[in-house]
Amino acid sequence: MPWDEGLVASLVYDRPDPSEGRILSYVQAINEALVLALEHDPSVFVMGQGVDDPSAMFGTTRGLQQRFGPARVFDTPLSEESMMGVAAGAAMNGMRPVYMHNRPDFVLLAANQLITHASKVHFMDNGQTTVPMVVWAAIGRGWGSGAQHSQSIQGILLGVPGLKIVMPSTPHDAKGLLLSAILDNNPVCVFEHRWLMRKDGIVPEGFYRVPLGRGICRRTGRDVTIVGASHAIELGMQAALLLAAEGIEAEVIDLRTIKPLDEGIILESLKKTGRIVAVDTAWMKGGVCAEIGCLAAEKGYADLKAPVARVGLPDIPAPAGYTLEQIYYPDAARIASAARALVRWDAAPAGPG
Amino acid sequence: MIRYHYTGDGIGGFGRFAAGQPPAFLLGLHRSMLRIRRIEEEIERRYHEDQMKTPIHLVIGQEATSVGCCAALGDTDLLYSSHRTHGTYLAKGGDLKAMLCELHCRANGCAGSRGGSMHLIDKGVGLAGTSAVVGGAVPIATGAALAAWMKQEDRVIVVFLGDATTEEGVTSESLNFAALKRLPIVFFCENNFYSVQSPLETRQPPRELHKWAAAHEMPAVLIDGVNVLAAFEATRTAVARAKAGEGPSFIEARVYRFRAHAGAGDDSRTGYRDEAERQQWERVCPVRLFEAYLVEAGLLNATAIDALEHEIAEEIADAFAYALESPNPTEADLYRHVYAE
Repeated sequence: MPWDEGLVASLVYDRPDPSEGRILSYVQAINEALVLALEHDPSVFVMGQGVDDPSAMFGTTRGLQQRFGPARVFDTPLSEESMMGVAAGAAMNGMRPVYMHNRPDFVLLAANQLITHASKVHFMDNGQTTVPMVVWAAIGRGWGSGAQHSQSIQGILLGVPGLKIVMPSTPHDAKGLLLSAILDNNPVCVFEHRWLMRKDGIVPEGFYRVPLGRGICRRTGRDVTIVGASHAIELGMQAALLLAAEGIEAEVIDLRTIKPLDEGIILESLKKTGRIVAVDTAWMKGGVCAEIGCLAAEKGYADLKAPVARVGLPDIPAPAGYTLEQIYYPDAARIASAARALVRWDAAPAGPG
Repeated sequence: MIRYHYTGDGIGGFGRFAAGQPPAFLLGLHRSMLRIRRIEEEIERRYHEDQMKTPIHLVIGQEATSVGCCAALGDTDLLYSSHRTHGTYLAKGGDLKAMLCELHCRANGCAGSRGGSMHLIDKGVGLAGTSAVVGGAVPIATGAALAAWMKQEDRVIVVFLGDATTEEGVTSESLNFAALKRLPIVFFCENNFYSVQSPLETRQPPRELHKWAAAHEMPAVLIDGVNVLAAFEATRTAVARAKAGEGPSFIEARVYRFRAHAGAGDDSRTGYRDEAERQQWERVCPVRLFEAYLVEAGLLNATAIDALEHEIAEEIADAFAYALESPNPTEADLYRHVYAE
């Protein structure tokens, strides 16, 4: 898909400073996490359609089968529900599976096993069984694959008790969060974003974990909080630069995991700025944006100087065509525009925009 | 109209399996079936008292499959089951008091009152898990078999499923994967011809379920599900194959539930199945049939049966009393174990 390769290749990311440490690509960071997990713990195994094929799950699983053997790194039949149940059953019996998907859309085929089984077993049997498994999938954008190959499903899963959901935004976090997810004793969904896979970053060598459930402040600012995860942070940081040129200082909060949600870091930032833009790679309705908005209204109401703004996908499926796609997906300008409207809210009480 | 006829050999079916089996073993099977029957009858009798606020799926009429199968399993072999859990739970050695506490929604129930009748569990004896979603336990059991295979454990996994479970896509997916990886698993299908009130003939074309299973490249046999020894023998063969690393097997056992899909009593009068059909199957009641065989063989007599009935009745009465005296869970219990540490 030349146009798609072109799009991804054209993404401009800040070059990390080599004096700060070892530079690794996003894909290499994930690969390194998988290698370390497989080395560290014989109960870890990696499964998924194509984990051993030449494209190697965007390169993240490259070399794993050669190194760890076909029993621990294996291709699967096209049986998503069963394979999710197999992962759960193995996890319930002492293993730590990492079940990888090229597209989150295919995770929905396994919703019964993920939502109704894996995430419920520990509760249902009164804590007798744990289900330490990772479901990994890569969200796409700009690859012309449309409504059935581009979905961000984190919002659909956000309300499921027993699940954790991880959405890294940097190579450092992709490695550290994946290691945390693999070592966690609960089912954890890790949603990566295709557009981050060309990003390089400082990635420490060896084993380290980024804790689940704790966000991080990527940029401090006094005027408005931009909060989200994954690729939304990339856009949020770009938006913050646009805003800075106008004298608006945006704070960017990277949630790292959206479930459990780090409410403290959001509310703390809101206390400082009084304005919040919730950003997500998924639909605004009923998802991360909605949850953050609700949190601000429920627990941060006294700090709000302006309404909550959401920047995510409209209540519309992803279109396939290139032109419509460009309109459909939010960009940094749209986030900046939403933030600007909040900052100007006092001056224009009729409403944002 | 009788849709589903009993096609087994009745009492004449025991002889060829019983040869060489020690009397204690045969008597143990009878005791286990009779105990399950009496427990189920007592649950049914007391259900209207409304102390067991849990949807029950009685196993009355299907005792032979659970008992025969579990007799071929060791403590380290794992059993996964469906919503109709009472038989497999008790046959595998599950604790009766913990089961009745669960049915009475007590804190000391086997699942701490989070599971209820459909989610009995006793990991100590290998009753490892259940699912109330048809087919839900099938891939999980397959995953358990994958874990056993990866860890090279000397362990077999058995999963109980019903006829309707063969209609779930996930079952076909799981059979495919188990055959592909030659996993140590036995798919034990209790074909009782009805899913709730939907007969097999409205759900599948005329065919035999074991032949459907055989298409997944595994041995698949049809047995008389009222014959406890047939269930034992078929499981033993499948277990031996699994332990030899030769992969999965499928067993279709034709059985009949004498009661409604859920709740107390039979619901044949609602018209979805003919009472004559149930009566026909009741004539080959798995408990009575085997008992008659043992009496005929001189291994049991009226005095021994009376003593057994008395002993079982006492155990049941004690267990019910224990459950009724057990504490209810508290609000603090609700918040526990949503996530593992």
